[in-house]
Amino acid sequence: MRSGGRISPLLFGAALLLVWELAVRLSGAPVFLLPAPSVVALRFAQAWSDGTMLRHLLPTVGEILAGGLLGGALGLALGMLLGLSGAARRIASPYLVAAQSTPILALGPLLVLWFGPGAAAKIAICTLITLFPMAIATLIAVRDTDRGLLELSRAMGGTRWQTLVTFRLPAARSGIFVGARIAATLAVVGAIVGEWLGGSAGLGVLVNLARGSLFDTPLLFAALIQIALLGVAAYGSVVVAERLSSRLIK
Amino acid sequence: MSGASNSNTALAIEHVAHAFGTRAVLSNISLSITRGESVALLGANGTGKTTLVRLAAGLIRPDQGDVHVAGTPAQAGRPDVGIAFQDARLMPWRSVARNVSLPLEIAGEDRRAAHTAAIAALARMQAEHLADRAPADLSGGERQRVALARALVRNPALVLLDEPFAALDALTRTRFDEQLPELVGGAAILFVTHDIGEALLVADRVLVLAPGGGISLEVAGLRGTPQGERRAVLMSPAGAARQAQLYDALRTAASVAHHA
Repeated sequence: MRSGGRISPLLFGAALLLVWELAVRLSGAPVFLLPAPSVVALRFAQAWSDGTMLRHLLPTVGEILAGGLLGGALGLALGMLLGLSGAARRIASPYLVAAQSTPILALGPLLVLWFGPGAAAKIAICTLITLFPMAIATLIAVRDTDRGLLELSRAMGGTRWQTLVTFRLPAARSGIFVGARIAATLAVVGAIVGEWLGGSAGLGVLVNLARGSLFDTPLLFAALIQIALLGVAAYGSVVVAERLSSRLIK
Repeated sequence: MSGASNSNTALAIEHVAHAFGTRAVLSNISLSITRGESVALLGANGTGKTTLVRLAAGLIRPDQGDVHVAGTPAQAGRPDVGIAFQDARLMPWRSVARNVSLPLEIAGEDRRAAHTAAIAALARMQAEHLADRAPADLSGGERQRVALARALVRNPALVLLDEPFAALDALTRTRFDEQLPELVGGAAILFVTHDIGEALLVADRVLVLAPGGGISLEVAGLRGTPQGERRAVLMSPAGAARQAQLYDALRTAASVAHHA
């Protein structure tokens, strides 16, 4: 630690875990209520070694990838259409705002009714929950392109397509990726909630199993940690994609 | 003679009128620039200087009258017209060289050939060393140098400059004013500015735009004077007289605009 008092994040986390561990041991809290971090760490390792975690992780990752990519692509396309066309924007904006104001998760039971208890309903939830932040971020970023750049494109004889790919999209890149960052974390939420509504595998199912039939609170904590790591990975992959895209347009 | 039919005319604006909504900006203005000639336009705010540049660039069409470039109607994207604005309008995600090569890339030229041309245009602007830099790392003067290189990369016959040095510090601006005629080479120039001294330094002819869009005064500029002597001539009694003449015309135009 420096004399200025700046504590590194790792040290801060380790201190929190230590306080948690000591509090559980000194208070004698029962393990089904609050397991110590050491117990959770052991259960986490065990769930990985016996294949439980991987078995539940893979379906969730699949749903996030499929739903996130589909919702992201549809949101990008919809946002670009609405950002470029004032007429389309005037017609669709009220509905987009209404759809955004509807809690997508509340549609979960309906989607399960339509698509069944399999992966399709979870992918549909992930698609819808990622579509709107992507569409709105893209719409705003594309609509608000610097007028000076658009005039420059015209002065150079740029076609509509050239103006879009050479001027508008690169200028809108940061704004679009703000939407993608939000969408990435929401995709994880969508998949987990979708799995709560039914299904045989997935981290949401594992949370339900650990809490309900297994009474295995350390496993519940281990699953929550895995979900948090998945969220970080989803967010991190968007950050990496953003960096790669900046190299592409240079 | 019609500018459209004269092969020696780089830009011909004939009886042009233009309004934005109910506000008439230009009414019945005519001016022509011959090949290789540099013309500076002076005028108070709102007299339509930028509108004239945009008409010449084909970015807007006149409500009345004709605008011809090298004998054919003005049209956006012509390879023989280059344009630079008050703000450099560089794309921050592209390197300097790729900003300069952009007009060639838009025109469908091979990327390598476009890069070579961009480096040559930068060298002409004495800015070759900036090629790999990001626009964010450039000073105001360097940014305008790059914007000028981009305007000249297709070797245009007509260069439209809309207050390109307005945002620069006095010293950098003076250097640009003195070098511009040589930097642009043989191209014709339409140069819009608020600065009387600048107009005289860069132009063969200086025109004062009156409110409503007429030309209220025409004075000979100093472009024909050798580069090293222009400033001295500008500061001489003869140069001061020209400046005073332009100042009076501008002041009259501004008072007319104020009472209009």
